[in-house]
Amino acid sequence: MIKAFTHILVRDLRISMRQGSDIVVVVMFFVITVSLFPFGVGPEGNILARIAAGVVWVCAMLATLLSLDRMFLNDYDDGSLELLALSSLPLEAVVLAKSVAHWLVTGLPLIAAAPLLAMLLNMATESYLTLLAVMVLGTPTLSLMGTIGASLTLGARRAGVLVSILVLPLYIPVLIFAVGAIDAAAMSLPTRPHLLFLGAMLAAALPLAPLASAAAIRQALT
Amino acid sequence: MPQTEIPNFSGESLHCIRGERTVFAGLDFSASSGSALILQGPNGSGKSSLLRLMAGLLRPASGSLFRDGLTIEDDPEYHRSSLHYVGHHDAIKPVLTVSENLSFWAGVRGETKSVGAALERFGLSPLADMAARLLSAGQRRRLNLARIAASPAPLWLLDEPTTALDSASTAVLVELIGDHRASGGIAVMSTHTDLGIPETIDLALDQFSPASQH
Repeated sequence: MIKAFTHILVRDLRISMRQGSDIVVVVMFFVITVSLFPFGVGPEGNILARIAAGVVWVCAMLATLLSLDRMFLNDYDDGSLELLALSSLPLEAVVLAKSVAHWLVTGLPLIAAAPLLAMLLNMATESYLTLLAVMVLGTPTLSLMGTIGASLTLGARRAGVLVSILVLPLYIPVLIFAVGAIDAAAMSLPTRPHLLFLGAMLAAALPLAPLASAAAIRQALT
Repeated sequence: MPQTEIPNFSGESLHCIRGERTVFAGLDFSASSGSALILQGPNGSGKSSLLRLMAGLLRPASGSLFRDGLTIEDDPEYHRSSLHYVGHHDAIKPVLTVSENLSFWAGVRGETKSVGAALERFGLSPLADMAARLLSAGQRRRLNLARIAASPAPLWLLDEPTTALDSASTAVLVELIGDHRASGGIAVMSTHTDLGIPETIDLALDQFSPASQH
């Protein structure tokens, strides 16, 4: 069973690596949207520092959204998804394998790019470690919650737009606590409560999102 | 434990509804070890729906399917892991090579050694390292059929498996189905052409359509 899980994970990673453009597009989108803000808001350091945490997170979420609709769609279109549903591996585990692969190819590059963009926005130096911590705790939750939207929109027309409408509201709690933690670090307040909440959301999404997505995929396959 | 040595597959009074329209009703079938069930009927008579129903991808509106005396809902995991389904799509990733595609499906089934033999059987060995996006429609179908040759499963559900196949590959498929039956497997397939498979059980689906029952 673990073998089948790693087979799916390795296959998804291999496909993403061969189609490198998918990863590059997500990171480029993140970098470009964030760098629009200094142009739009103006180059005053203190204003940018004030909004830095929110801008980085909102843009990270939008970049994640860009990659969500493809998560199951290719497998659905070419018949792979029904064969995966017929494998001995439970569909919930298939979803989990695919979300881990999604996080490795979108979440990790976003984490790597975040500190650079934070520097661009003049983020307070005390916040950098916290920024990394909330990215590490938050981006897997984004991938997991994203599977729900991606699976619910299988077979729908204009699935990409629909995914955004379904998933962005689910992302709000992550956004609130992630930005809260970064702001608290900037003001030398304790960040622990925010991080605990982010950890709790990840812990809840880890079993619940695959359950919900698997149910939606079964529905889509009938 | 059910007697896994004698795979028996049957369905009782199956009723299938697609989009509020009854496709077939009161359908019974049974297949014992080594038999080949051929589904016949015009387009839209529910051959694909019946195969998806047999695979467990669709739920019947009423009626049940049995494996070894148990309904498939009793042990869905056993049912899923002991069948091969070949649908209309070939489930091939264009960016992976031919052998990577096949190794993946065999690997998910826990089988890794038989990939080369399965490729050989369908004449795909010379193409093993080629990206699958370069394959023709017939080659894609052969790769999909190599998938069922690469890992054993007692029940095969084949939805028009000969689509796009040339006569040589069709002969390979017929031979493969023969081997499968000789080792006690069951093959259920829908087809419009006579493949020359010996001793088949034919199931004409139009007799179960709602129009013919009134």
